[in-house]
Amino acid sequence: MTVAVETAGAATNGDRVSLLRVLGPAHVWALGVGIVLVGEFTGWNFSADKGGALAALIVCWIVGLLYTSVAMIDSEVTSTVAAAGGQYAQAKHIVGPLMAFNVALFLVFAYTMLEVSDAILLGDTIVAKAGVEGLTHNSFIAATIVVLAWLNYRGVLMTLNVNFIITAIAYVSIVILFFSVTPWTQGAVLKLNELVTPGNALPYGWIGVIAAFQFGIWYYLGIEGTTQAAEEVRSPARSLPYGTMAGMITLLIAAAMTWYVCASMMPWEYLGITYYPLWDAGKLTGSPLLENLLFIATLLAALASANGCINDAARAWFSLGRDRYLPSWFSAVHPKYRTPYRSILFLLPIALAFAFIADLNQAITFSILSGVLQYTFMSINIVMFRKKWPLGSIRRGYTHPFHPLPAIVLFCLCVVTFFAIFLGFGSQLIAMVAFYFLISLWFHFYRYKFVRRGDQFTMPWPKPQGY
Amino acid sequence: MWMALSYACWGISIVLALWMLYDWFKVDTTFSEDVLTSSREGELEAVSEKHRI
Repeated sequence: MTVAVETAGAATNGDRVSLLRVLGPAHVWALGVGIVLVGEFTGWNFSADKGGALAALIVCWIVGLLYTSVAMIDSEVTSTVAAAGGQYAQAKHIVGPLMAFNVALFLVFAYTMLEVSDAILLGDTIVAKAGVEGLTHNSFIAATIVVLAWLNYRGVLMTLNVNFIITAIAYVSIVILFFSVTPWTQGAVLKLNELVTPGNALPYGWIGVIAAFQFGIWYYLGIEGTTQAAEEVRSPARSLPYGTMAGMITLLIAAAMTWYVCASMMPWEYLGITYYPLWDAGKLTGSPLLENLLFIATLLAALASANGCINDAARAWFSLGRDRYLPSWFSAVHPKYRTPYRSILFLLPIALAFAFIADLNQAITFSILSGVLQYTFMSINIVMFRKKWPLGSIRRGYTHPFHPLPAIVLFCLCVVTFFAIFLGFGSQLIAMVAFYFLISLWFHFYRYKFVRRGDQFTMPWPKPQGY
Repeated sequence: MWMALSYACWGISIVLALWMLYDWFKVDTTFSEDVLTSSREGELEAVSEKHRI
């Protein structure tokens, strides 16, 4: 924050006002893991309802493979296209403007709906803890969204410093719970052998495993958000791959520990419907200390996720304005705090409106749908990127291995996830695809004429192969 | 206690929302639109990346 104030002078002397490069790998980690970790506290467990406890574990690993592919692909492309907007800027340079416009909308929808879900979760958790008649979640939802928007408004460094601290506390709480239940001993606290048996492990068979993909996404949903910090990290080529891959490793460990503890303490019928699997696990230990720790950790995880989502959605919206895909009014940067303040303020009432009128399931589904559409794009994007700019033609901060295997794995898993979503929320899926189709028509036939076509491609790259 | 916390949340939300609106108005009336929207994508890359591999 001090840096922001000190450098504000430059902004008023006729220089350009740009976002501030103050972040390091730890902030990238805090952004990515902060957005995702709430998925361990609620969300992943609904996959047990779809296919049983073993299905929740199977999708934990398979979806982990999907997201490892996402993290590797993202790290390579973003370490090269280091601009706010993340996947939007990638799509613009590699595929084209129409794809970029759609990807930016995927990002804004995914993060805003996730922010809404986080705020609802936080409000509901406090109301559940209080148990007071007449107490509603509205005030807590409003405070979550407004306070975090204010934090984002005031500067990215403080925003992600806060995210680092609260994410670390939430993560450590999972580790403390894991070791408190003596995971090396079955029968004392954990009863995995009794709760997950050959008879009930996959109650709906393999179709249940496919259906479980829809909520298995929650183990890792949002790790790709690290790329939105690309224009604010001091060394994008180093910090982004390092922070993203470290975040993914952290999440794989957290997901495994969470499943093991929860599946060993709760029957799948209950695990699949509770909103608070880790808090419930804390209660089941019989320790008031663990119960309260997991309650606080649930709140902190929701706060960290909403905080990161506000950061990312605002940068995607800001990038659209900067390229005139939307009115350039949205591309204003605060001259003192160096944040996209108009984008933050514009998205604030939208998030509040959805939080007050939408229910948690709908908000989560819209977030997941937009996220999976984005991952599908990423699998195509990396193939085009390698084809147009082969290794050796431009400088890359990170080169992901085994290409094109991760892209193929990612694409196939996205298809399976779409099928799983269709099974549970077919009408929402069709409505969302129709929305993106209509908005694409609007962009192509109306909005694109306002875009300064030469100005939008900013990377000093050689001509792509074949052009 | 929980009801008091609920009222406090409304209060904090209103105060911070008003502060952001005030600051937004102040910034928009102090600085020109050209300065506020002068950010350009990829400025650092244009300087640091030579692409001579």
